[in-house]
Amino acid sequence: MSALLQPAGEPAGWEAYGDAKHQRMGFFTDTSVCIGCKACEVACKEWNVIPQDGQEWTGKSYDNTGELGANTWRHVAFIEQEKPLHTSSDGTTGLRWLMESDVCKHCTHAGCLDVCPTGSLFRTEFGTVVVQEDICNGCGYCVPACPFGVIEKRHLPATPGTLPAFLGKKEDGRVWKCTLCYDRLRGGHEPACAKACPTKSIQFGPVEELRERADDRLAKLHAQDWNGAQLYLRDPDDGVGGAGAFFLLLDDPEVYGFPPDPIVPTAKLGEMWVNMATAAAVLAVGIVGSFLFGSRE
Amino acid sequence: MGSNMAENHPVGFQWVMEARERGAKVIHVDPRFTRTSAMATKWVGIRAGADIAFLGGIVNYILQNELHFEEYVKHYTNAPVIIGEEYADTEDADGLFSGWDPEKGKYDTSTWSYEGMETHGAAGQREEGFKPSGEQSGHGAHGGGLKQGEPPSEDPDLQHPRCVFQLLKKHYQRYTPEFVAETCGVSVEDFLYVAESLTQNSGRERTSAFCYAVGWTQHTVGVQIIRTAAIIQQLLGNMGRPGGGIVALRGHASIQGSTDIPTLYNILPGYLPMPHAEDYGGFDNYMQANIAPTGWWGKFKEYWVSLMCAYYGPHATEENDYLFEHLPRIDEDNSAYWTLQQMLDDKVKGYFVVGENPAVGNANGKAHRLGFAKLDWMVVRDTVEIESASWWYDSPEIESGELKTEEIATEVFFLPAASHTEKDGSFTNTQRLLQWHFKAVEPKHDSRSELWFYFHLGKRIKAKLKDSSEPRDELVKLLRWDYTTHSEIQEPSAEEVLKEIGGYEVESRKALSGYKELKADGSTACGCWIYSGCYQDEINQPARRKPHWEQNYLALEWAWAWPANRRILYNRASADPDGNPWSERKKLTYWNGTKWDGLDVPDFDETKPPDYVPPDDAEGPDAIAGTHPFIMQADGRSWLFVPNGVVDGPFPTHYEPHESPFDNPLYSQRANPRRQQHKNADWDPYNPVAGEPGADLFPHVLTTYRLTEHHTAGGMSRSVPYLAELQPAMFCEVSPELAAETGLEHGGWATIYTTRSAIEARVMVTRRMKPLTVRGRTVHQVGLPYHWGRRLLTSGDSANDLMHAALDPNVHIMEAKAATCGIRPGRRPRGKALERFVEELRSHAQQSRQEPEEVRKT
Amino acid sequence: MTEVRSYYGHNVVKEPTWTWEIPVYFFTGGLGGASSVLGFSAKLFGNEKLSRTALYIGAAADAVSAPLLISDLGRPERFHHMLRVFKITSPMNVGAWVLTVAGGASNTAAVLQFLGLLKPVRLAAEAVAFFFGPPLATYTGVLVADTAIPVWHEGRHELPWLFGAGAAASAGAAACLFVGADDCGPARRLAIGAGLTELALTETMEKRLGEVGEVYEHGAAGTFGKAAKALTLAGTALLATKRHKLGGALVCAGSMCMRWSVYKAGFQSARDPKYTVKPQRERAERQGGSKATTLPGRSAG
Repeated sequence: MSALLQPAGEPAGWEAYGDAKHQRMGFFTDTSVCIGCKACEVACKEWNVIPQDGQEWTGKSYDNTGELGANTWRHVAFIEQEKPLHTSSDGTTGLRWLMESDVCKHCTHAGCLDVCPTGSLFRTEFGTVVVQEDICNGCGYCVPACPFGVIEKRHLPATPGTLPAFLGKKEDGRVWKCTLCYDRLRGGHEPACAKACPTKSIQFGPVEELRERADDRLAKLHAQDWNGAQLYLRDPDDGVGGAGAFFLLLDDPEVYGFPPDPIVPTAKLGEMWVNMATAAAVLAVGIVGSFLFGSRE
Repeated sequence: MGSNMAENHPVGFQWVMEARERGAKVIHVDPRFTRTSAMATKWVGIRAGADIAFLGGIVNYILQNELHFEEYVKHYTNAPVIIGEEYADTEDADGLFSGWDPEKGKYDTSTWSYEGMETHGAAGQREEGFKPSGEQSGHGAHGGGLKQGEPPSEDPDLQHPRCVFQLLKKHYQRYTPEFVAETCGVSVEDFLYVAESLTQNSGRERTSAFCYAVGWTQHTVGVQIIRTAAIIQQLLGNMGRPGGGIVALRGHASIQGSTDIPTLYNILPGYLPMPHAEDYGGFDNYMQANIAPTGWWGKFKEYWVSLMCAYYGPHATEENDYLFEHLPRIDEDNSAYWTLQQMLDDKVKGYFVVGENPAVGNANGKAHRLGFAKLDWMVVRDTVEIESASWWYDSPEIESGELKTEEIATEVFFLPAASHTEKDGSFTNTQRLLQWHFKAVEPKHDSRSELWFYFHLGKRIKAKLKDSSEPRDELVKLLRWDYTTHSEIQEPSAEEVLKEIGGYEVESRKALSGYKELKADGSTACGCWIYSGCYQDEINQPARRKPHWEQNYLALEWAWAWPANRRILYNRASADPDGNPWSERKKLTYWNGTKWDGLDVPDFDETKPPDYVPPDDAEGPDAIAGTHPFIMQADGRSWLFVPNGVVDGPFPTHYEPHESPFDNPLYSQRANPRRQQHKNADWDPYNPVAGEPGADLFPHVLTTYRLTEHHTAGGMSRSVPYLAELQPAMFCEVSPELAAETGLEHGGWATIYTTRSAIEARVMVTRRMKPLTVRGRTVHQVGLPYHWGRRLLTSGDSANDLMHAALDPNVHIMEAKAATCGIRPGRRPRGKALERFVEELRSHAQQSRQEPEEVRKT
Repeated sequence: MTEVRSYYGHNVVKEPTWTWEIPVYFFTGGLGGASSVLGFSAKLFGNEKLSRTALYIGAAADAVSAPLLISDLGRPERFHHMLRVFKITSPMNVGAWVLTVAGGASNTAAVLQFLGLLKPVRLAAEAVAFFFGPPLATYTGVLVADTAIPVWHEGRHELPWLFGAGAAASAGAAACLFVGADDCGPARRLAIGAGLTELALTETMEKRLGEVGEVYEHGAAGTFGKAAKALTLAGTALLATKRHKLGGALVCAGSMCMRWSVYKAGFQSARDPKYTVKPQRERAERQGGSKATTLPGRSAG
């Protein structure tokens, strides 16, 4: 339960690295400059050799991807609104098109990491959250534990030759999500999506620096009367301890499909265990007690 | 305007975003609210095809409010020049300029001349001065050659009623804000916002830029739309200045290169005109017709001779006029749509389709597929089996039964092409930038690069013809074809070709440093004079990759721009007539006392002082004065009025698109009289227009466009799973109002139809499409992305099957951006029912066409 | 009235990837855990018949639980990875250990009982099963509550109690199926008491859940929920009239249906974004703003 005893703002499980700890790295996704090109989606898939995620025209503006999942680790959302970009000026168009590249938040307190029973999900030296695909046994517990609905099990056929015949399922069966390009980070490179983004909507760097940049950016947009500009998951005091990948949005989080005020489930785990212990004790007492009115009939 | 840069040039668009971050206003004028509009400070929703009305309105706004940059206009443009008194404007002749020949359907442009002289035609147009026959359009027409250095008749005060400035005023005087609002479907406020923003941001201290793409070029008035922007930019003094100019956003990675080193039938590399078949005499006349007396086209012979030396090596000599007699001649239009007509008339035996997909990408797709069926053979080279290769067994015509595979006699050779990662080479894109790319992997199996293909094809053809005595085979035999090859598959050296294009001294093989070193005596060889210098110092200049953060904003050491690595053309115009910068803030090129200096390569004779006055007998570049920056023009001025070089008028005029729900508010001449039509061609029927009977069948404005996720005709993107899943279906975009009117449901299907064909698409109902109020009534626009064809991972109907092949007369580009259509809910008829449906539409259209078009003034 | 906005009506959190084995396991694990307690208690009070039956029932239930869980895994051959670590933040990990210990103990005891060997070892094993039984029967409530699934997380106060009550009821009821009337009195009383507790806890939970509780009235959760109540009520009534076999069967069925109701409710509450968005937006409004959002002018933490 050391996760629950961490000071706010420190990613759970990170301190174990000691000297090997790197600066915490993450994303600041500034949606005010996103042009909806989806280069991030494609670059991510190419680098990580992610399977195609189904071809379905959704009619949901230009979003045919739908949501993050095992086979989509960057997802661009599109929202058409009859609102102006700026609140103050005349002469601007009364129509705006919000575009946003969603990604795993790499939470400071990560629900998925906390509940993983095998230790497959772990905190890297960069403060990011990564699945070890050679350990994951596909229990799927992390899937409902994520307040943002990011991580998912991959149901596609497994690569031939990777499973023993005995008990092996024919599908991949493991969970997958953004690794913040852990392999690229180890090589001193930036993640594929950040590299591909032409307008620097996706900014990669040390989280502390990104937070400062984001604060400046928010202040600048505020001065220019950008309608609805706000940061999301920047604050270490929020329910997940702030995120390693946080956002500048132009409307409330739920408009983009985000939870407005998420809290990591683990925050309540302490009291849940206590509650359970009590229930267990009462259960034992109750069962023993059923003999008090007679041990046979 | 006329472009959707964020979606189609996303990487380049980052610089627009940078500018916006630094406070620049970004204005997007477009029929749809696109991803570019979402980033813009202001979007103005315009009726597709009404661009000249809008831009002309800005011209009028500038002139009426005297907001032009006076000093620039007086000294650097041909505003003061007086035009001959025979000239008549469209305002005088109800929509026609002087010189209209109704029988030929063409203009005799001689009445457009400057007073007192015969203007020498533009690059490619020049021979029309000899015989106004055939066609020879001015690709990259850089202006005419005036017989003397300066125009004989000018009014420096811009007051003479026939000076260009006053003619301009008169021509656009009816383009009031109200006219613009009514014709374009915009509000007066929005129009004035744009006009004010533009004029307030131009002048000494500030400049503004236009970015356009095929939203302007793909019209029957395409060239004229661009011309109107050019007039604005000249009036505002934005040409040749940093942050100004007009950026032509080209649509493929190397399409600029494809016109520079042409895959165009009527020009030789570097925009040298192909010689004409009609009698103008031989080599001397060809030279005389094309060597401009003044300006850099005065060195035409140097460019052309060097080209022949590159092609033919020692076989091209002064004695044989550098093999001029053997060069093929053009006799008429040989463009893509003309060739299509020939195919349909059974006159074309064979066809090479290389790196394009006309079955999907060209207007009137069905006609192309029917045309293919008439060929004896065709060769298609591509990385995937595109619709233009598979049409003989998989096309809408096979589905409908109009074509039967077993009855098609065409032999189709589908050859696999190497992709860009599998070959060395260069791209020349927007900005005239040559960027080299290196091969990363060997091509797989039988895939081969274009270089390999044409080189080895040429070798085999030369071998077959080596004993031929036919005169027509001479040039093939004499071609210098000795590039070194490497690797197992004998790939020719792309760098050798690059060096040859950049030019070298024949004796020493030393690479040239620029077009000024080209000689007319056979001692230099150069594959393309505007590229000359790209291999300077034996270095592959296009391969240079110094990052921008290590250079100033012009970044001269990233790749190489033609000509001479000059980044901003005509940059002498960034200084005033005395050679001083117009302002410190906008300083670029300036006279430092001994030479022209600054961050860019000066686009001027380096040592020619600002006060240079050409002597009377000066020729070529020496005939341009020190105060005239537009050195490719005969008079060194930028041309507000174009006396020669554009076939449909010296001034752009609002005409309605070939198909439109409206007639022309200005004139009874409805559409561009000079536009190319395939009249009475049964393969290219036209919708009834503007009030004609049957026009109500096609009441909506139709426009086509691209999406970021796909690439042009789809071969390169619909075959890639990661792209196919991003836009997995063909769809149309309509406003909620149009959907309500016609019963369309979001997410459902629609059938869109014209007299050419009917297609189906999923329905996207969106507020990004707006109904417009034009000429007092509501008109709707229907938007179609044109990427889809029958094959590959995501397939669908092709938007271009709906489009007609009426063309811009200067460049033969189809009007794919503005037409009319009808729309109804539900999937389209299939098989024979489709044929019947379209037939019925056509019979309605036929009935309304009582008289042939050339008699009526439409 | 808080307006609920969403992204095209998309779910915010993801539905679990689990399949039928899991709610069945909730039942069998509960049955196994509670039966071990019942069996050992019976031994303490001298009811050998009940003790032996409960022992076998518990061991069988435990034995069946492991394959159920393994079958649900995406990579079943890696089931042993569950025991690579001991991790208190993961109820599933803790539960895997609990099941391993409890099931190992109960099955050891059952085998030894059957073979009549090593009585001291058998007794020790039964004691271990007795101590690990209650955690086994109740931890699954924590397991589902420790997720972002709205109806589960918000039901965290009741769920371990509810599952525990269901476990106890099914243990008593199952024993009544195999033990004669002379000896199954405690089991019967246990089944009735725990069954009624189950019903009461279900009502309490659904009321306390507020709007998200409405998923228990619709769809599969609603159907299973109604079945659970009817079966449990009928079963307890029948047991009260000493109709041991039928009553026992119905109480077991009711307990199984209760697990399925809770299971399905989770999926339904994940699917509709309003169950995630609305409570959070309301909380944010009460607090004067969401902690996850930084607005201009507010200093960041």
